[in-house]
Amino acid sequence: MSEYRLRREDIEDLAVGAAVLGTGGGGDPYIGKLMAMQVLEKGKDIVLVPPEDVPDDAFIMTSAFMGTPVTLIEKIPSGLEAIKALESLESYFNRRADYITPVEAGGLNSTIPLYVAGLTGRPVIDGDGMGRAFPELQMVTFHLYGVKATPMSLADEKGNSVILDTIDNFWAEKIARVVTIRMGGWASIALYSMDGKKYKEAVIPKTITKAIEIGRAIRDAKKHGRNPLDALLDATRGFKLFEGKMVDVSRWIVAGFAKGEVTIEGFDDYKGKTMKIMFQNENLVAIVDGEVVASVPDLIVVLDLETAEPITTERHRYGYRVAVIGIPCDSKWRTPQALEVVGPKYFGYDIEYVPVEERVKSLGAG
Amino acid sequence: MARYRIGIDVGSTNTDVAVVDERGRPYYTSKVTTTPDVTTGILRALEKAVRESGVSPDDVVAVMYGTTHGLNAIITRRGLYRVGVIRIGLPATSAIEPMLDWPSDLREAIGNLYVLVRGGFEYNGEEIAELDESAVRRAAEEFKKKGAEAVAITSVFSPVRPDHELRAAEIVREVMGDIPVSLSHTIGSVGLLERENATILNAAITGVMKRSIAAVRETMEKLGIGEAKLYLAQNDGTIISADMAEKYPIFTVAAAVSNSVRGAYVLTGLKDAIVVDTGGTTTNIGVLEKGFPRESSSAVILGGVRTSFMMPDFISIGVAGGSIVKVEDGKVEVGPESVGYRLVVDGIAWGGETITATDVALALGVMEIDDPNCDPERARRRIPRDLAEKAYSYIVSAIEDAIDRIKTKPDPMPVVLVGGGSAMLPRKLKGASEVIRPEGAQSANAIGAATALIGATIEKTFNYEQVGREKALEEAKREAIAKAVESGAAEGTVEIALVEEISMPYLPGNIVKVRVKAVGRAGV
Repeated sequence: MSEYRLRREDIEDLAVGAAVLGTGGGGDPYIGKLMAMQVLEKGKDIVLVPPEDVPDDAFIMTSAFMGTPVTLIEKIPSGLEAIKALESLESYFNRRADYITPVEAGGLNSTIPLYVAGLTGRPVIDGDGMGRAFPELQMVTFHLYGVKATPMSLADEKGNSVILDTIDNFWAEKIARVVTIRMGGWASIALYSMDGKKYKEAVIPKTITKAIEIGRAIRDAKKHGRNPLDALLDATRGFKLFEGKMVDVSRWIVAGFAKGEVTIEGFDDYKGKTMKIMFQNENLVAIVDGEVVASVPDLIVVLDLETAEPITTERHRYGYRVAVIGIPCDSKWRTPQALEVVGPKYFGYDIEYVPVEERVKSLGAG
Repeated sequence: MARYRIGIDVGSTNTDVAVVDERGRPYYTSKVTTTPDVTTGILRALEKAVRESGVSPDDVVAVMYGTTHGLNAIITRRGLYRVGVIRIGLPATSAIEPMLDWPSDLREAIGNLYVLVRGGFEYNGEEIAELDESAVRRAAEEFKKKGAEAVAITSVFSPVRPDHELRAAEIVREVMGDIPVSLSHTIGSVGLLERENATILNAAITGVMKRSIAAVRETMEKLGIGEAKLYLAQNDGTIISADMAEKYPIFTVAAAVSNSVRGAYVLTGLKDAIVVDTGGTTTNIGVLEKGFPRESSSAVILGGVRTSFMMPDFISIGVAGGSIVKVEDGKVEVGPESVGYRLVVDGIAWGGETITATDVALALGVMEIDDPNCDPERARRRIPRDLAEKAYSYIVSAIEDAIDRIKTKPDPMPVVLVGGGSAMLPRKLKGASEVIRPEGAQSANAIGAATALIGATIEKTFNYEQVGREKALEEAKREAIAKAVESGAAEGTVEIALVEEISMPYLPGNIVKVRVKAVGRAGV
């Protein structure tokens, strides 16, 4: 497949798929979806190209929002800050970016690069650095492949911009976080600049089309009266882990992060069993009767049992009838080095990572 | 001298009316068929109550009504005002213009007039930019020229600081005179697009509400009860004066559900219970929490528009008195198609040919109907026992399932059955500690309206580090009480019914969203 012009319905589907890949967090794609739609409404094109079409010497930048969702849904973007972030980084490099690409295919940040690329007339590359959503800036495959997050720019709607140059990606996360607060709770960012050769090596490819396919599968299933959950499992090559009703939710805040745990009582095939899911923005670990069935970096997605609509962690509450599915993460996340950055131990759980498909198989055998 | 109140509640099938005495006891109840224009049904119900109840017009001190006027106008796109929309937030917010994802027919119906101007605040109350007063003035002049009948104003973080909205409203009034101006900080909380949408819809239905109130007032005069005070039922189970309802009609669009829930409280005295309100087409399952309907926290889609404002938390299912029983591939299903008010013509027990949920209950002998035209024997003869049993268990499990979904804890709770179709339900339900169908259950909604308290809710966002928690709560409580009095509550009767604090993570300064609800007796 070569370049592809996104239509309105692709953006609708992408928002649904991005919420699935958000694994309970990543921010509501609603705002980003409307921004991308406004681009189309203004008669501009959003062009998607596959990674293999990108020349080795192309110059690529990633584009995203960083900060707290609650301020973003109130002080919604001007749009100009997203372009400002890109342009100030370009002027620092004294080079125009040939392509824009997302850092994060899950949640809100899947759609932001579409807006930036559409308005500035550049193609978006179909891939990202997570294949899902993660809470911190260094949790991207680009980081694993030695790409530096900085020089990085942050910009606000007033026209302020900041260039960061840090000793490593962890420091970029720490300092950028402070700047976003000062800019009003969130900022537009441009970061992880690299050439086409490096990009193709480090990217998780085709994640935008994957998100669109997920959204379309759910939409088609509903239209034709098929079970949207089955369609979703097919589209994601995921595994059904559980079905049941949420019976308890507890939440607490640790070092500024909203953590929590939800308990789900099984029914039908899962009657008599209990699942617990630990979350911190995103769902991190799922345990059935004391046995881990899935953990980060694999995707744990909680869905409304009837509509297959993904449920974000802040909406967990008693009485929700849900299905829980596990989706294998990209193989780039499964090396020992990658697991140090995004494995269960990084999030504070003393659990060995075992790929979800192996866990499911051993459950079936047991 | 006795003092009576009249409560009216508009449903999709019937418009219910109740007269209650000063202690809230139902004195007279009745119902008329809801009319397509809604108003005629309300006026007929009012007239019927005054003529038939035997109460002297001089003894009627208040009329409370809950209506679907606003909701219908939004859904049918009829009778809406042309609204001039001002969003204060530039240079922020321009990436998503107002009403971007609205259905285009609704956008056209209200004129599609909007302007973005500089101003607004950050989460901590700092200005994003100074309010561009001349841009507001130009917008108002433009709206005036284009025939706007109402104005909706939204500013970024107005729940933290409403200053720019208030100033913009002054300017608009200077230019456009005395027209309805809806300000977003009085309508909703943090979440700009949903709050803006609710504010625009509020402005759009002010005209419909004004006409509805004028029509009721006129009939009250005609019936000799023009001296009685007039109130409207709100979404949260409380009432507000007609004057306030003209300003905040959006708070009345889902009143019907809440009237029933409040009515269940009045009839049983239970402060915490699940309320199952069965009508002709749908059954609404809501929750009584500390004597009031539990409120929903999620976004509400209204006429195709995503909004957020106070709405009762309820589940609606298409299984009720008039629901049609059908058999497909040997599987028995009930609803969501319904014969509605034609039950007394089309139902088997009334000599018709359609098997309804009510016929099934009659055939099984679980209910009786006091109607000479109703022949349960015909239902028993015509509906096979096996089919009746299967259909009835379908109905019961649909209700039980909804009861379980609306709960927040697994413990069994009392279940109160109300509504015209409620007699068909069993006195035992899964998940219920007891099942009560109180006397007057049929008119619980109208009784709920007639006995409601005045209510006012304030939602504000504070920086506790700057203001201090004590002072912030005190301010919110004071504002809620003042608003309750403005809404028609007698001073000295107002109490704080609810205080909620929700802190916003990740932000410095301890930013907390505070919600305070004050209730008081209607000053009649």
